[in-house]
Amino acid sequence: MTSSLLRKFRIGFSAVILVFFILVFIDFRSLIPAKYINYLLYLQFVPSLIKYFDLKTFAAGGFIVILLLTLISGRTYCSFLCPMGIGQDLFSRIGGKIRKKFRRFGFKRPFTLIRYSLLIITLGVAMIWGIYLVTLLDPYSIFGRFITFFGKPVLLLLNNFFTGILGKFDLYFLSHTEIKGFSLLTYSVPVVFSLLVAVLSLIKGRLYCNMICPVGTLLGLVSKISLFRIKYNDLECTRCGRCSVACKSSCIDFLNHNIDVSRCVNCFNCISTCPDKALSYSFIGSKNIAHKTDESKRRFVAGSILLLLGIPQIAKGQDKKAPSPKKESTVKESRTFPVCPPGAGTMEDFNKYCTACSLCITACPNNVLKPAVKQYGIAGFLQPVMDYHKSFCTYNCTICTEVCPTSALKPLLLEAKKLTQIGKANFIKDNCIVKTEKTACGACSEACPTKAVYMIPYEGNLVIPETNHEICIGCGHCEYACPTTPYKAIFVDGNPVHQAAKKPENKNSDISTPVEFPF
Amino acid sequence: MRRRDFFKTTLEAGIAAGAAISLGGHENLWASSPVGVKYDLVAIMGGDPDAMFDLGIQELGGMGSFVQKGQKVLVKPNIGWDVIPDLAANTNPLLVKRIIEHCFKAGAKEVYVFDHTCDNWVNTYRNSGIEKAARSAGAKVVPGNSENYYQAIEIPGGVKLKSTKVHEILLETDVFINVPVLKDHSSTRMTAALKNTMGIVWDRGYWHSNNLHQCIADYALFEKKPALNIIDCYNVMVKHGPQGVSKEDVVLMKSQIITTDWVAGDTAAAKMLGVDPQKIDYIPIAHKMGLGNMNLESLNIKRLKM
Repeated sequence: MTSSLLRKFRIGFSAVILVFFILVFIDFRSLIPAKYINYLLYLQFVPSLIKYFDLKTFAAGGFIVILLLTLISGRTYCSFLCPMGIGQDLFSRIGGKIRKKFRRFGFKRPFTLIRYSLLIITLGVAMIWGIYLVTLLDPYSIFGRFITFFGKPVLLLLNNFFTGILGKFDLYFLSHTEIKGFSLLTYSVPVVFSLLVAVLSLIKGRLYCNMICPVGTLLGLVSKISLFRIKYNDLECTRCGRCSVACKSSCIDFLNHNIDVSRCVNCFNCISTCPDKALSYSFIGSKNIAHKTDESKRRFVAGSILLLLGIPQIAKGQDKKAPSPKKESTVKESRTFPVCPPGAGTMEDFNKYCTACSLCITACPNNVLKPAVKQYGIAGFLQPVMDYHKSFCTYNCTICTEVCPTSALKPLLLEAKKLTQIGKANFIKDNCIVKTEKTACGACSEACPTKAVYMIPYEGNLVIPETNHEICIGCGHCEYACPTTPYKAIFVDGNPVHQAAKKPENKNSDISTPVEFPF
Repeated sequence: MRRRDFFKTTLEAGIAAGAAISLGGHENLWASSPVGVKYDLVAIMGGDPDAMFDLGIQELGGMGSFVQKGQKVLVKPNIGWDVIPDLAANTNPLLVKRIIEHCFKAGAKEVYVFDHTCDNWVNTYRNSGIEKAARSAGAKVVPGNSENYYQAIEIPGGVKLKSTKVHEILLETDVFINVPVLKDHSSTRMTAALKNTMGIVWDRGYWHSNNLHQCIADYALFEKKPALNIIDCYNVMVKHGPQGVSKEDVVLMKSQIITTDWVAGDTAAAKMLGVDPQKIDYIPIAHKMGLGNMNLESLNIKRLKM
């Protein structure tokens, strides 16, 4: 491929990737098989890195592929595979349509201190305390939340609008889907970051990628020794400066023929725009990247780290202390732990590995997952949590565990999932219709897929629920079905460590096939 | 209708009803079979679900006795749970398919199938086998998963349930055919014809919290009554109902009950399940409210074996 075709190839390729990513995050009917979603997400840097650290298997080695790719070709990832990078290119184009000035970049000095500080701090905090900064800054997760929080509701509105119209014509291939489950507070982070990224990309090209994004910074470091890079042909160049103006990364110093490879995202716009064909993308060989040290910069970095180390401590202080399990039923549901999705293993691991990309929230066919507000403490803000007042975990389903790219949710086979106890149902007799109204109900027992909630004789003809924790899997169908308000008469308390439920025992009935009508 | 007319009509109906009851026992008033139908209830045993229906409906004069040319028909099975047909938590798909075919043969313009599922509706429609079966017979399968599909109705005379929201397709169709499956039920002991209407309404929770049995009976007062109740007793879940845990809960009964009187149908079904109909509160309540007849000995029943 000649250098001039590279840009066209980049645009075509990245457009396809972007479309796939959008589809994956708006697929509220779970039409895309998890297998294909996994292919797409395999190469996402942060999810793959987290998965690798957790599972230590090369099956989760997408990030190694990316590192190798970067070693060879530079930050190709940022223009070809990162959905947020591609999205920003789109925004930048729109920016240029609004004001030409927004597309005229020119060389700028790098924000070296900021970007390396952010990288170090993000890594440091993740290793010592937890994943929160990664959750906030990882481009894949920001993109996921952007589509899930803004794109999906719009799609649902459209879906419901067309469902109504088609219904008038007796067509029912679409169906009405409620838009629910996002509390206003959970919109804070997506709104702030979407605005930040959108505005930056609209007027400044790839500034987010070169100033804030920890993945961009890390790959930038690696690309300093990349084998292929953009090169000047000194004989052809007339120093017109068009390349520099066209560079979304503001990394071309055309006067000195110096291209900052650590910021170059391989968009190849410079090559296409050069009237003299003086730029090419080609093999250059490795270079020594020895740095001069700067004491004042180092002090600043150290100070920043110390400052930011305090933040997780504050978050920790706000973490829910695990209260002792309750001894007696009270009328108010007293949940000691939130319920985290199947496949999480333990709440601790889950909180450690989830970047709140929200893919499982979209994929869940029952819409039972919602972004947490403070269920997991501040540190787990936006990580998915089961909301059994809104819906329940459907028995025959493992989709969330299949799509999770980070191993926060590990894949479960259906038979294993059906025996994974993520919480236990607790019955509050004093809230129960059967006791308070002296009428039949049993909605909880009806709903229970394992009959861990069953009915025992009560007064007169009435039966009242009782629970069997051994076979309860904590799916929450009982809680969802319970009609009492404001507090349910049965609720699921989360297992901080998921356990194995016993398989429900079942014997043949003594009723046999009839030979005569009994009436 | 103006208020005065309403009172007048109600009064007239009351007088007529009162006269009928005093003259000849109230069963005759309610168990009003369409002209040409000889039996109040037909019970079939020993065949496949579709073959039993072929035989049974013939005894009632064919589907043409219930569905007129050009009419829109709602076939309402029980599609409550996301399980495979063998576990019998949902109406047998073969039976649903054959009923739809009979409707079209009788000249139905359109046949619709829906249920307000308990489990995730997409999976339940699919895994119950009913979506596929209904479509293959030419019916339209309508979702029931959102309140948007439901319209408010009044139930004059309801003791506990005076108003509710029912699926619009019930109101838009001319004929309602109720196709429940007979099952054990954890709280009401049995579910069949009357209880199948819980899948027509949006807010089941209201029924559960306001005297479930009375609400089930009250709903049967609603003017859009089933022209026909076909109770699937082919595979019968005899315990752990209404969802079931495994195949051990299911007994092969190879039976079917077809009737215009859903109280009679439920009474017969209870006996199939080995439960005293008197113990299933909504049956005697519905009987007392005059919604049907649970005295099977006073009905004209045809029993068929294949």
